[in-house]
Amino acid sequence: MTAPASGGTVRAGVTAPLWTAAGLAVLAVSVAVAITIGPADIRVGDVWSVVAAHLGGEAAEVSPIRDGIVWDLRLPRTLLAAVCGAGLAVCGAVMQSLLRNPLADPFVLGVSSGASTGAVAVVVLGVGGGVLSVTGGAFIGAVCSFALVLLLSHTLGGSTDRVVLSGVAAMQLFSALTSFVVMTAADAETTRGVLFWLLGSLGGADWGDVAVCGAVLAVSLLICGGYARTLDAFAFGEEAAASLGVAVARTRLVLLCVTALLTAALVSAAGAIGFVGLVLPHAARALAGPGHARLLPVTAVTGAVFLVWADTLARTVLDPQEVPVGVVTSLIGVPAFVLVLYRTRSSR
Amino acid sequence: MSADTETGADAGTGTQTGARAGLRADRVSRTAGGTLVLDGVSLTLAPGTVTGLLGPNGSGKSTLLRLLAGVLAPDSGVVTLDGDPLGALGRRTVARRLATVEQQADTQTDLSVADVVRLGRVPHRRAWAPPSAADETAVRSALARTGLTDRARQPWRTLSGGERQRVQIARALAQEPRELLLDEPTNHLDVQHQLDLLSLVAELRLTAVVALHDLNLAAMYCDRLVVLARGRVVAAGAPGEVLTEELIAEVYRVRSAVTRPEPGGPPHIRFLGTVPGPAAGE
Repeated sequence: MTAPASGGTVRAGVTAPLWTAAGLAVLAVSVAVAITIGPADIRVGDVWSVVAAHLGGEAAEVSPIRDGIVWDLRLPRTLLAAVCGAGLAVCGAVMQSLLRNPLADPFVLGVSSGASTGAVAVVVLGVGGGVLSVTGGAFIGAVCSFALVLLLSHTLGGSTDRVVLSGVAAMQLFSALTSFVVMTAADAETTRGVLFWLLGSLGGADWGDVAVCGAVLAVSLLICGGYARTLDAFAFGEEAAASLGVAVARTRLVLLCVTALLTAALVSAAGAIGFVGLVLPHAARALAGPGHARLLPVTAVTGAVFLVWADTLARTVLDPQEVPVGVVTSLIGVPAFVLVLYRTRSSR
Repeated sequence: MSADTETGADAGTGTQTGARAGLRADRVSRTAGGTLVLDGVSLTLAPGTVTGLLGPNGSGKSTLLRLLAGVLAPDSGVVTLDGDPLGALGRRTVARRLATVEQQADTQTDLSVADVVRLGRVPHRRAWAPPSAADETAVRSALARTGLTDRARQPWRTLSGGERQRVQIARALAQEPRELLLDEPTNHLDVQHQLDLLSLVAELRLTAVVALHDLNLAAMYCDRLVVLARGRVVAAGAPGEVLTEELIAEVYRVRSAVTRPEPGGPPHIRFLGTVPGPAAGE
């Protein structure tokens, strides 16, 4: 992690695949090692044989209990952590470049607040009559909030700062709604559950979550990757991008929708895990330089590795009690953020 | 030098050859916030020449440049590139033909000089494709033509205002345009950098349109001048024909003495004071 912050002249086309391959290797090892950590004693070898057995369809060479712990609990949870970390970090990187705002993150469009309101409506008020899951409610809330932001920003003129301001407005509105519902209608037990979800938790991860979020992530990465050079062109503002042949309005709409839907999927599954989308893009920029063809894959892998380890810490540090992963990401993230800013300070 | 510029009133009487070639504005009008900013302006550019766009603040220079760049669409009239309306050509096609340099460009992104110049290749590249040999050649050549080869790795944020504008011109050259549009590119520069920048533009042998405030700079570096006032073309032609004491008094409300220090050289304008009454642009 010692690449120079100003290494922007490195050829993007040559080193990006290398970096990404190295990052994916680190990620694979991280996932395998993270799974072995916890109250039940499991070795990396066990993890491989369980995965091989399930993928190959043969019986595992480990006990059914260990097989269950690896395959049903820790593996989906760790994979969901990787998917969420990658997705949130990439959304943050895209938002920061698109909105030309270093403070932008995946939640700036009010998606997470809308998701919370949707989740609370299901859990506390019983909206959906038991048919609608928390995940479903959260997703609907997130999409509603994003639709409101798009409508507001369009009505207000559609410029970048209007998008950000509309997001802030939606965020405040839905946060207030969530607080109102929780304060007036929820008992202590429900409040605790809701709070845990609000802070972000990967505890409820199952293979369904992994499949849905993984698929959404894969599609989003493909689309964002296709816009990598277009995002470069936004460095000097939207009019400069337009004069470089970029269809600014269409690009903004496509990327806002993609990142909002990805964020909505991730938040619905794991709650609003903060700080990943804000900090990791800055850390990745220090590693990979400003070109998005290199920055986006590096951001994805860095985010994935970071959240895998943050979640491992979250479920083990106060064992048997679990710390919400959002708390861990912020506790690690703030000093890391300061460090990144400090290292780029002299060059400013 | 067969270019011809007319106001809307006598458009169509021009005698330009190859009328459909190059970048042309034909009786374009544009309102902004209820005010008519451009009122039936026509403009034809002779290939390989530098056209200076003059006029007081608010006379419509920037709007005309943005219409020519295709960033803004005219309310009426049409801007054509080799006879095709800009709106029908698609942004990428336009960006491969004409490049723009703004008054002042800045970014928060940590870019090197080469990174900025490489942005000029955006309209030439496809999604997912790595940079081609043609991309690298264009970037190298743009750096060389602007004398920036040795500074390719220098961070953008450490550059002075004049150097930044030079890098923006290099970025524009990397687009490999035939037309270059510059909106008051010397505004924030000291005298030396103003001269440097405009002589660079003049040496490029591209078809350039430069909006300028400094009449003497315009006289020195432009082959042709077009003067706008209240959104209309009030004068057009060679600097010696356009820059007269009468025109300067009428358009800028400034008394001046126009001399020609060298026979055949550009006119020199000395300002003497303002003329009472509102300026033409207000």
